[in-house]
Amino acid sequence: MAIEAEAHTHWSPLLGRLWLDAIPQEPIVLATFVVVMLGGAALVAGLTYFKLWGYLWKEWFTSVDHKKIGIMYMILGLIMFLRGFADAVMMRAQQAMAFNGNEGYLNAHHYDQVFTAHGVIMIFFVAMPFVTGLMNYIVPLQIGARDVSFPFLNNFSFWMTTAGAVLVMMSLFVGEFAQTGWLAYPPLSNLAYSPWVGVDYYIWALQIAGVGTLLSGVNLVCTIVKMRAPGMTMMRMPVFTWTSLCTNILIVAAFPVLTAVMTMLTVDRYLGFNFFSNDFGGSPMMYVNLIWIWGHPEVYILILPLFGVFSEVTSTFSGKRLFGYSSMVYATLVITILSYLVWLHHFFTMGSGASVNSFFGITTMVISIPTGAKLFNWLFTMYRGRIRYELPMMWTVAFMLTFTVGGMTGVLLAVPPADFVLHNSLFLIAHFHNVIIGGVLFGLFAAINFWWPKAFGFKLNVFWGKVSFWLWVPGFWFAFMPLYILGLMGVTRRMRVFDDPSIQIWFVIAAFGAVMIAGGIGAMLVQFAVSIWKREELKDETGDPWGGRTLEWSTSSPPPEYNFAFTPIVHDLDAWDDMKRCGVERPTSGFRPIHMPKGTGTGLILAGLSTALGFAMIWYIWWLAAVSFAGIIGYAIFHTFNYKRDYHIPVETVEATEAERTRQLAAAGA
Amino acid sequence: MGTEHAHPNPQAHDHHDEHGASHGSMREYVVGFLLSVVLTAIPFWLVMSGAIPDKQTTALVIMAFAVVQIVVHMIYFLHMNTKSENGWTVMALIFTIVLVIITLSGSLWVMFHLNTNMMPMSVHDMGQLP
Repeated sequence: MAIEAEAHTHWSPLLGRLWLDAIPQEPIVLATFVVVMLGGAALVAGLTYFKLWGYLWKEWFTSVDHKKIGIMYMILGLIMFLRGFADAVMMRAQQAMAFNGNEGYLNAHHYDQVFTAHGVIMIFFVAMPFVTGLMNYIVPLQIGARDVSFPFLNNFSFWMTTAGAVLVMMSLFVGEFAQTGWLAYPPLSNLAYSPWVGVDYYIWALQIAGVGTLLSGVNLVCTIVKMRAPGMTMMRMPVFTWTSLCTNILIVAAFPVLTAVMTMLTVDRYLGFNFFSNDFGGSPMMYVNLIWIWGHPEVYILILPLFGVFSEVTSTFSGKRLFGYSSMVYATLVITILSYLVWLHHFFTMGSGASVNSFFGITTMVISIPTGAKLFNWLFTMYRGRIRYELPMMWTVAFMLTFTVGGMTGVLLAVPPADFVLHNSLFLIAHFHNVIIGGVLFGLFAAINFWWPKAFGFKLNVFWGKVSFWLWVPGFWFAFMPLYILGLMGVTRRMRVFDDPSIQIWFVIAAFGAVMIAGGIGAMLVQFAVSIWKREELKDETGDPWGGRTLEWSTSSPPPEYNFAFTPIVHDLDAWDDMKRCGVERPTSGFRPIHMPKGTGTGLILAGLSTALGFAMIWYIWWLAAVSFAGIIGYAIFHTFNYKRDYHIPVETVEATEAERTRQLAAAGA
Repeated sequence: MGTEHAHPNPQAHDHHDEHGASHGSMREYVVGFLLSVVLTAIPFWLVMSGAIPDKQTTALVIMAFAVVQIVVHMIYFLHMNTKSENGWTVMALIFTIVLVIITLSGSLWVMFHLNTNMMPMSVHDMGQLP
């Protein structure tokens, strides 16, 4: 297994570092490559056979409709989730078998890539697209808007995120991925210790996807601040919109830090700078400091929107107004600020003195106060409510139980002396999976089950949803409780082989949990398939299948392209609930043509050129880098001369759509 | 977009443009330009003439000029005042300043600690060891 030491010295002007040795020789990767190629060929052939390319291009890829972009984000997240989960299963299998002199089935070079890719993919290309997709779809509907502030920018952001994902996926078959762990700490990520393309793939994938994330953050902040329906004051915004606003403010404030750190690492690697080297005044500790200034807000970027989801779900399925709306808003704001004051708890052990460590330990513990307040708000919302245990509510309750445990182990880790024992151990791994899976992922499943009928016009199958739930939740506990125990015993993270055979049983239990989770994911895919297949039976004509409280439930399911024929006027919190109680009539006449933005392929083209630029920079193909960079600038300028950016939906179309909706409502007896 | 701004759709824009930002006048731009030229020229002169013998003092003075420069840009080029965009501009500015202060002062504090504790001696000192 001496693959590590392979030197890659080939360079040619035409292909840069790209040469035959870039194709991995390992049987596992080769087999995956063959399967992916066959699957891809089948997909392309199928799309061609059914003549779907034109449809996809016109209706989806070039669409600037926030609803379609939201759905595309969710699909991207789902695909990458399957990839990231495959990495997780590989690690669990390796660790369950690598005892008693058994080397397992992954060599070190491969294993290090697997755990790095797992972290990078799950955070940047699963959690982020899921969260962004959700906000994209729901926020404009909740505030009574027809689209986001900058519809084209939205499409461009999506394709830039996808471009980053494409680069990560490419690294599986062309070259290698980083072997540095998901944050690529120097000096390991410096050129001296990571000489080939792995870290470069990491840098360029993150930089390109980061453009998308930042721009979509700007877009959604602007949308929420500027495009709320008349009457919707800040304190009448739905909680999900509030948490989305705070998340996007965090994105706008935090992601530039990541961009700057990555740029400094880039010039270290490409131009021989010494920001993060050990010599010439460089300091690798500065990298750790800076990347966590981005990294800690990032975890709140992920969780806050899901706090909003739980608020919506809890109040809807308890049939009550959310308990303590304003305390919920203030808790969110406090978390937004506090998330900038805790970054050092990620490196208590790096050598800061007692004063620094205790300051950051205390701020970390303080953050649990607003979070705890939120949990009590949800519990009090449920208290004496008429609770319906539909799937979204089940996920919410599972979240409350799971996340609380994760939060408490987090407070434990916030105690610096405890952290000196637990730092870098599997206890930490168990903790953050406990909050990310128990919080972000369970929240996403709640959200998917909750808003799927809005997006597609039919509910999701309950049986398979429950199968998935009952595999996922116990599966999670089986997979991660052993890691807490192992961590307390001192087992460190990212180990490939173990010496002590007595701890093998815990890894076997964890692997069993991973298999249950795999079953849960499988059941979820079956749930989607069955629901699409039986969509007529599951159809929702009303547009409001759950007795919803916010404006998105006032339109049809799926909503028309223009969302609202007339902008709703808001008089109270939970605007749609208020309208239903006051018996507001849906207007059926007096429609006007609706001014809408036009689709464009520019986003896809620019992102394609960016992918080429990233690939060229990774492989040192300088001519391609220059050409694609010039292409990006040139095409962006060219696009500014495109004046055909809007059109009007004719009044006849609006009338027909709304008349159809009237018939639909009458048929549903609403 | 601009071709049909009087489009017959009452709700899409009516609550957007009321409290927008001001776009400034020629006079403002000229004043801003002159101020920023002066504020740039002085630091250059300070460095090139060596008017202040102490380098650290020079650096601090230049930093002060940079801060004033930022304020000039915000007022004369970005037209920021407490009223524009319903006060959102000022809110965003305060938030940014708070975060920048947290980031800079926090990093300085942390890195000072790390330098002291983890890099106890320079290479030169190491050579002096018994």
